[in-house]
Amino acid sequence: MKWGRFAAFIALVLVVVGLTVGTSQQLWKSIRLGLDLQGGFELLYQVEPNTPGGTVSAQGVQAALQAVTTRVNSLGVASPVIQLENKNQIRVDLAGTFSQAQAEAYIGQTADLKIYGKATYNAKTKTWVPDPKTLLITGNDIKPDAAAGQNPNTGQYEVDVTFKNAKRWQQITQQYLGKPLYTFLNGQMITDPAPSEVIYNGQTAISGGDLTTLQACQTLAQELNSGALPYPLKLVSSTSVGPSLGAASLKATMWAGLGAVALIFLFMLLLYRAAGFIADIALVAYAYLLLLTFAGLHVVLTLPGLAALVLGIGMAVDANIITYERIKDELRNGRSLQSSVIAGNKRALRTIIDANATTFIAGAVMYWFGQGDIRGFAVSLMLSIVVSLITAVLLSRAMLLLYTRSNVVKRPWWFGYRARKAVES
Amino acid sequence: MKARFNLVRNRKWFFMLSGAITVAGLIVFLVSGFNLGTDFVAGSRVQLQLNQPVNTAKVQQLFQEAGIPLDEGAITTAGGPGKQAAVVRLTEVLTPAQVNQIKTLEAKMFPKSQSADISTVDPLVAKQTSQKAVWAVLIASLFIVIYVAIRFEYRFAISGIVALLHDAFIVMSAFALLRLEVDLTFVAAILTIVGYSINDTIVIFDRIRENLKGKPPASMEELEEVVNRSLWQTMTRSINTVATVLIAALMLYFFGGTSIRTFTFALIVGLVSGAYSSIFIASPLWVTWRGRQFRKQKPSGEVPQAN
Repeated sequence: MKWGRFAAFIALVLVVVGLTVGTSQQLWKSIRLGLDLQGGFELLYQVEPNTPGGTVSAQGVQAALQAVTTRVNSLGVASPVIQLENKNQIRVDLAGTFSQAQAEAYIGQTADLKIYGKATYNAKTKTWVPDPKTLLITGNDIKPDAAAGQNPNTGQYEVDVTFKNAKRWQQITQQYLGKPLYTFLNGQMITDPAPSEVIYNGQTAISGGDLTTLQACQTLAQELNSGALPYPLKLVSSTSVGPSLGAASLKATMWAGLGAVALIFLFMLLLYRAAGFIADIALVAYAYLLLLTFAGLHVVLTLPGLAALVLGIGMAVDANIITYERIKDELRNGRSLQSSVIAGNKRALRTIIDANATTFIAGAVMYWFGQGDIRGFAVSLMLSIVVSLITAVLLSRAMLLLYTRSNVVKRPWWFGYRARKAVES
Repeated sequence: MKARFNLVRNRKWFFMLSGAITVAGLIVFLVSGFNLGTDFVAGSRVQLQLNQPVNTAKVQQLFQEAGIPLDEGAITTAGGPGKQAAVVRLTEVLTPAQVNQIKTLEAKMFPKSQSADISTVDPLVAKQTSQKAVWAVLIASLFIVIYVAIRFEYRFAISGIVALLHDAFIVMSAFALLRLEVDLTFVAAILTIVGYSINDTIVIFDRIRENLKGKPPASMEELEEVVNRSLWQTMTRSINTVATVLIAALMLYFFGGTSIRTFTFALIVGLVSGAYSSIFIASPLWVTWRGRQFRKQKPSGEVPQAN
């Protein structure tokens, strides 16, 4: 008996279990969850050329990406994901709960504000048509500090704007004093106020049309502030996930995962006894390290990613099973327990590396060619393979050798070996 | 380890079994094909989590009120034993206004329901996605072949790839037969199965390679004997490993979130098939191929050594 080694082994077990129990809850909270787990939506935009048949330069796409990023950031959503895909597509992932139409209005549309001096009413189509020759001023002439407000006199919601060129606005209000100014938003007339006084400081308010709620005014203010998009964006795909559905799925999957882990623990203990216990500790370390890696690398955990994590446990178990079966083979060949453990570990290593490398290659290809969910899954798979190699090979082996060399137990039974013939130990 | 069933010598039966399954799978494909989800077919998919048994007529009414025409059989039920979710497939791409209208009507007509999952895909994106998926499987296989050919030999690589394509095909056939929806996560499942299948096969190949090192086999019988021995040596590991992974997959299938149910179903079918093909297809295939050189080199043959 070498109690020093056994004490070191126990200390190692306590460190792993202690760290996990102590910090795993906090760790879990710091991991970012994907849309499918916390609800939200995913929008995929295609950057279209300005003219049909035209082309979009790489710089133009970058400018569009920049513009989208500015717009998304102005939404105030927690940790949005904005990615460029396929050279001319922009993927936007927004977590949280708010109207999809509202977000789409923020991101993909440019508020095309135009004020005309003359417009005619078309009774057939029931729309106002501006006279293009009388275009006075546009949204591009507005300072980026538009804000939603409420008229103190009428209580009506409005958008307060300041024109960059106060002098120009002064001239316009002077010229159109008492005459209507036709204000068009995205081709539709929203209001035709007549200035009752000359405005000298460029400040004015826009109201009317659809601007009946505070939200609508805030949207318009945002759009005016974020400026024009360099290219039109076409929404090519959208996915929305209800928040409570995601939460329910997450909870169910979490419990299923924990149940699976508990069953696997039991299975390993029954099959390999003391060695199974070591494998279980290594599994705890695997799960802990993997969560730590996820948090550190800011990996977004999706439902398939979670499945990859739980299934990765199977891979980590496999590494241990390969090693233990090897050790049993060596015992069968009549080796002593200690030399069986050493030889078994050594011979199993090459198999484990070859088997894991091929799966890792599959994961890498998935990452390279996949998108969205598949990418998240591939990242989880690759990380779980690397972490399982560290824990199921390095840690598990160190523990097994410490345990064996401590000579606390001498019977191969503790390693799941049932001797059919006498084996000296 | 002497009186064990000779897996390798009886290989023609396993080849016939897999051949029959493959032919059956091909027939299923020709007859019905895939039930492609919106990830691959343009249009929209609306999943209503109603939290009460689905009343198809009422769901139909919802869409009528929203002014969206429904095709025959557009509504299917899902969501486990209670069938509390309705999935509606539309060939048209919903506008954001329609999406909001559906959500408003859903909240009004089904007070117990949760907010709907709605996804829309443009035909162009759908085409890109499906092309990427096929390329991913083919290129993954290619890279695996290269790796195994370098670490082992090309015959192992090809036999292993045949086994994993066999597994991927069986899962696809099962989905075609059961009319399960094929979406992006299905592709992730297929790729995982590809990874697992080759992982499982490599462990067995590794043992064959090791057992061949001592004395190279001089005849077909010796080769068969070596491979059969290798298979039985790794059998406990093969069974134990597949058992643990199956425990995880089954738990996720029965108790995990509804949205990963088709994903885990694909994994379960693939894991069983993967374990089977690693033992009964990959190695026997390699034996058949490798054994050809005995026939070429020694047509008359020496007397095989008794075991």
